[in-house]
Amino acid sequence: MMRKITATTLTVLALASGGAWAAGGEGHVEDVDFSFEGPFGVYDQIQLQRGLKVYTEVCSSCHGLKYVPIRTLSDEGGPALPEEQVRAYAQNFEVWDEELRDYRTATPNDHFPESANEQAPDLSLMAKARAGFHGPMGLGLNQLFKGMGGPEYIYSLLTGYTGEEKEVAGTVFYENTAFPGGWIAMAPPLYGEDVEFDDGHPNTLENEAEDVAAFLMWAAEPKMNARKRAGFVGVTFLIVLTVLLYLTNKQIWAPVKRAAARKSA
Amino acid sequence: MSGIPHDHYEPKTRFEKWLHQRLPIVALMYDTLMIPTPKNLNWMWVWGIVLTFCLALQIVTGIVLAMHYTPHVDLAFASVEHIMRDVNYGHMLRYFHANGASLFFVAVYLHIFRGLYYGSYKSPREVTWIIGILIYLAMMATAFMGYVLPWGQMSFWGATVITGLFGAIPFVGDAIQTWLLGGPAVDNPTLNRFFSLHYLLPFIIAALVIVHIWAFHTTGNNNPTGVEVRRTSKEEAAKDTVPFWPYFVIKDFFALSFVLVVFFAIVAFMPNYLGHPDNYVEANPLATPAHIVPEWYFLPFYAILRAFTADVWVVQLANFITGGIIDAKFFGVLAMFGSILVMALAPWLDTSMVRSGRYRPMFKWWFWLLALDFLVLMWCGSQPPEGLVPALSLIGTSYWFFYFLILLPVLGVIEKPLPQPATIEEDFIAHYGHADGGATSAKPAE
Ligand code: HEC
Ligand code: HEM
Repeated sequence: MMRKITATTLTVLALASGGAWAAGGEGHVEDVDFSFEGPFGVYDQIQLQRGLKVYTEVCSSCHGLKYVPIRTLSDEGGPALPEEQVRAYAQNFEVWDEELRDYRTATPNDHFPESANEQAPDLSLMAKARAGFHGPMGLGLNQLFKGMGGPEYIYSLLTGYTGEEKEVAGTVFYENTAFPGGWIAMAPPLYGEDVEFDDGHPNTLENEAEDVAAFLMWAAEPKMNARKRAGFVGVTFLIVLTVLLYLTNKQIWAPVKRAAARKSA
Repeated sequence: MSGIPHDHYEPKTRFEKWLHQRLPIVALMYDTLMIPTPKNLNWMWVWGIVLTFCLALQIVTGIVLAMHYTPHVDLAFASVEHIMRDVNYGHMLRYFHANGASLFFVAVYLHIFRGLYYGSYKSPREVTWIIGILIYLAMMATAFMGYVLPWGQMSFWGATVITGLFGAIPFVGDAIQTWLLGGPAVDNPTLNRFFSLHYLLPFIIAALVIVHIWAFHTTGNNNPTGVEVRRTSKEEAAKDTVPFWPYFVIKDFFALSFVLVVFFAIVAFMPNYLGHPDNYVEANPLATPAHIVPEWYFLPFYAILRAFTADVWVVQLANFITGGIIDAKFFGVLAMFGSILVMALAPWLDTSMVRSGRYRPMFKWWFWLLALDFLVLMWCGSQPPEGLVPALSLIGTSYWFFYFLILLPVLGVIEKPLPQPATIEEDFIAHYGHADGGATSAKPAE
């Protein structure tokens, strides 16, 4: 019976992810080994700083991050920039102030601005909103075992341009092997050597794409390191508790079972 | 029937006597905690405690979430992000609440299928069963409305599709749908009433749970043999049972703790695995997602809903007979609610004299086929209705109704049951009565 239950539960969980899997017309997504995969994986602070640079210098001219407070750039478990650097960074942006009824220079307590280009979606949650790569057969195994998700999609999107373009009703579409449907309205934003990294890290297209994808994962899930740490403590504690309860249970039932054994003898 | 005979609470001190004459609350707690419970319950009897835990977890995390959540179409999505980013432990609260709903349904499905296998729904436990079905319906309503609150794309479109089902009711459908939504479409009034009801329903569920427990404490628990506890005397009853405390409290806590290890790991390491990524996109009434998929726990019923398209002959027949009043959409709605109704009627549909599936050689196979059917339907519900999926959904749905409406009545008549143990004690001894008391005794009675 127990084995049946376990099997059923596993099947239920596997099938369940089918619900989370938006099927149809999917593009090709590369598997990337990110530092934050798996139960113990955490963000690589230096990589997030590089990704922030790519975001600021390239993506932010069209896209926004309206749910992300600028001050969180100094948070532990994120890019963890020194506070004065964050204050200086905030001055890159203009935000709308309800009280002044005017635009003013941003401070760390403001959020990143909204998308400047109406066509470009906000990227705050993009890494979670595009995590639906639950193949094969909707069973979710790629995500479960390879850790494939939104950052892999963003990486594949940025590196997936074929160079083909077409114009439909006045809009130019670019062929992309990752984008569902194959044609996206975003011109290739990265070609390689678009930014200079302060740490001298190579700035090939692949490296830049990987770094900005990691940064966007952090933007979508800023508390991941803390969550995994809490999870590790919680799971360890619960395992100990389970063992203790197992032993208690065995002990409590022992006389009842011994009495049964005596009666059958 | 007034329960299994056992020792009752005796007030001893003067204060206890004073209180007992005025409010026998200690007696109530004592009798509840010390209730005689069949010795031979197996691990499938632990889901009740998991369900109770889930209800408490959802209420506690939900109340704190509600302190930071804003039920307004322009602010709801941002307020959930505020919970995730700015509220202390807000991300954990929300992930516990969202995944808590999944654990709740895993437990309720195992609990229901346990009941179906061991014939727990049969006389004298029909009332317990019916209340259980009501709890399940209330859970579905609660989870559905809760899923609308974060106001993501699936929230909005799920609400639009599901409330649209009421619109399929002939004549009064549109009026009912408008009344439910508080307007012509899902909008701010809908979000507000869903929030209000999402807060209210769990407390109604809590009340139903109390009645559910009251009912089965009156009839006594069922057990894997389906044989009743002897009630002729306290001594005989004591041979078949042990008091709930400490024997089953500790056993249940052990099982709960084990389940929580897995649950905690999911919340901490893959909290979005069971959710739909599209719900991280704010609701947009102008952009319909490519595939609208409900949460996993609704999928089997979603598959039943979609199984009946206009080209299925029963639909055409119903359409013809009713002069077009019943169309494919309404037929699907009837089938979906009907699939739960037939389950509610199981106590009266099952004609077998034998309670437990363990002693029913034919029933057993059909039962496991039903469990498989449920999983197949779940998969069908998750897929776009193309290729094999519509046919498979229709077969799966047909089997669901065939099981309850045909098999349960017929099997009881044609099946030759296996011999059952005379008493629970006998079954218990057969499982644990090995002189070594070692390896085999660790194995629970199946
Ligand atoms: C010139 C403006 C522009 C720049 C610069 C730009 N994007 Fe975009 N981006 C767009 C537009 C427009 C869309 C919408 C495309 C569509 O839906 O067809 C888009 C869509 C996206 C999407 C969503 C694709 C989907 O699945 O819907 C992602 C992810 C994305 N951009 C990432 C980035 C990143 C990362 C950068 C920086 C390296 C970047 N973009 C730079 C204009 C831009
Ligand atoms: C039967 C118990 C309950 C179930 C099954 C349930 C289920 C759900 C579900 C599925 C969600 C959507 C989660 C998401 O995807 O974000 C949700 C959200 C929510 N629930 Fe509940 N819930 C229950 C009890 C409660 C209670 C008692 C309260 C309040 C007192 C509450 C308050 C909230 C709030 C404020 C949200 C929106 C925040 C969010 O989306 O995380 N819930 N609920």
